[in-house]
Amino acid sequence: MQFGIFTVGDVTTDPTTGHTPDDTERVRAMLTIAQHADQAGLDVFATGEHHNPPFVPSSPTTMLGYLAGSTKNIVLSTATTLITTNDPVRLAEEYAMLQVISDGRMDLMMGRGNTGPVYPWFGQDIRQGIPLAIENYALLRRLWEEEVVDWQGKFRTPLQGFTSTPRPLDGVPPFVWHGSIRSPEIAEQAAYYGDGFLHNGIFWPIEHAAQMIGFYRQRFEHYGHGQADQAIVGLGGQVFMHKSSQEAVKQFRPYFDEAPVYGHGPSLEEFMRDTPLTVGSPQQVIDRYGAMRDKIGHYQRQMFLMDHAGLPLKTVLEQIDILAEDVVPVLRREAEAARPAHVPANPPSHAERVAAARAAGTLPVAAVTATDHWTGRTAEDDVEAADAVTR
Amino acid sequence: MSDRTIVVISAGLSQPSSTRLLADRLAEATVAELAARGITAQVQTVDLRDVAHEIVNMTLTGFPSGDLVPVLEQVAAADGLIAVTPVFSASYSGLFKSFVDVLDKDALVDRPVLLGATGGTGRHSLALEYAMRPLFAYLRADVVPTAVFAATDDWATAGGDDANPLPARIRRAGRQLAEEVADREPSAPVGLYDAVPSFEQLLGGS
Repeated sequence: MQFGIFTVGDVTTDPTTGHTPDDTERVRAMLTIAQHADQAGLDVFATGEHHNPPFVPSSPTTMLGYLAGSTKNIVLSTATTLITTNDPVRLAEEYAMLQVISDGRMDLMMGRGNTGPVYPWFGQDIRQGIPLAIENYALLRRLWEEEVVDWQGKFRTPLQGFTSTPRPLDGVPPFVWHGSIRSPEIAEQAAYYGDGFLHNGIFWPIEHAAQMIGFYRQRFEHYGHGQADQAIVGLGGQVFMHKSSQEAVKQFRPYFDEAPVYGHGPSLEEFMRDTPLTVGSPQQVIDRYGAMRDKIGHYQRQMFLMDHAGLPLKTVLEQIDILAEDVVPVLRREAEAARPAHVPANPPSHAERVAAARAAGTLPVAAVTATDHWTGRTAEDDVEAADAVTR
Repeated sequence: MSDRTIVVISAGLSQPSSTRLLADRLAEATVAELAARGITAQVQTVDLRDVAHEIVNMTLTGFPSGDLVPVLEQVAAADGLIAVTPVFSASYSGLFKSFVDVLDKDALVDRPVLLGATGGTGRHSLALEYAMRPLFAYLRADVVPTAVFAATDDWATAGGDDANPLPARIRRAGRQLAEEVADREPSAPVGLYDAVPSFEQLLGGS
């Protein structure tokens, strides 16, 4: 089972000091956080994508590309990639490029984005959110899977004889998650393609996540990708830890009380009761999150939000250390011990996907030596690279 | 005999509350009229005061918590709704509107609804017509023609409206709601994801 962190990239004033980082400081903090998570041994780092203040991460593949070169093991991902307002052609190109330069150490998560004005800024309409997500993703997959694409749809200018480059690493596209909190249509979409489904219900009761995930699992089986309990599931989470639980509450409360999302609403205690937010000792986090699989079944990826509400960088790095040293090893061991043999431990890695494609005979042998139909030149033989990875 | 459920929403704040008193009378009248049509009705009454904090919290967080969860489920499953608010500053109370704001936008579509309001004097009575009725029209509820306003005077044995006294208005409103409820099939439980289109339909529609 994978354990990672995700960031929204918000610029928020630290309520205890009054310090507000500028955009540069915040972007650099995000890089430091990702590198620290890699060194601490966490499995995944994911960045959000936003196009409005107070959020800074507008260009995820630039950030993740840098991190690909400055981290060793951590899987780089998104939370989420806007499938509605981005051009699917640019997404195909940018994430294939990230896949190639990270040597497959990445995946990505599709999301719609819930900020109304962002849609018209990019020429779209939020009321078309679901149709945009459906059409754009269908095109994105074709651009990765098919060498030459002729396409016509409702939302984008048509394509004739278009080839997205670079071609996916070893001819196998990145693994894709779909994130949604409230829209069962997106769970349906993830199930249809056999993609992963991540429910980031950090502001919602776990029962709500359990309903959506249950629906996704049932539809995953319906579409013939395996049994319901073999579907690839992720969960969002939110914790603040200290070896003394009273101290954790004392330190986190001023951040909670002023946080942009839940501040001035329910009390910290109410919010901890109703949502996955856990403020306390590492053992309390282990108990709470170890019990999640009782609600949603065995799952493959648990993500935590750590750098939010104005928490200073130093605190975030300490939290990552506590998570990586005192919590994750126990949760990982418990999850593995409880996992039925037929249920995947992790989301599929690039190497596993290449091996699966080869076993299924769907590795695009002809495409490996693809000829650019404009220049007549051929690409390198990617099968050798796949062999090197999977041998 | 078939069963129906009437959910009563009262936004009265004091204890005892004349708003709750009117809500109870409207519910009794509706149950009696349904019984006359051979229909047994259960009444579930909600005082919004009891879930006031949860309503504000849901406004801020987007999800229901605590005792508000069953309240929203009851409203979603009701065969008929009786909604009664005090008139504050020439309209429904803020708490009442906040509750309506956290309802799903389709929660009351085609639902038989009876409206009531209370106030110090009958001069506030048209708040039912210029504020309450448009609100429920927006929600596409099926609001019965009679909406009942009770001023303080209406509770007196003498005084109030002699020509059209409160008990008569309550009976007429209860009869109208009962007729609407009796005309419909009992509301059936709907599966959470029953309405989700299949992916083929989603693809076809894009």
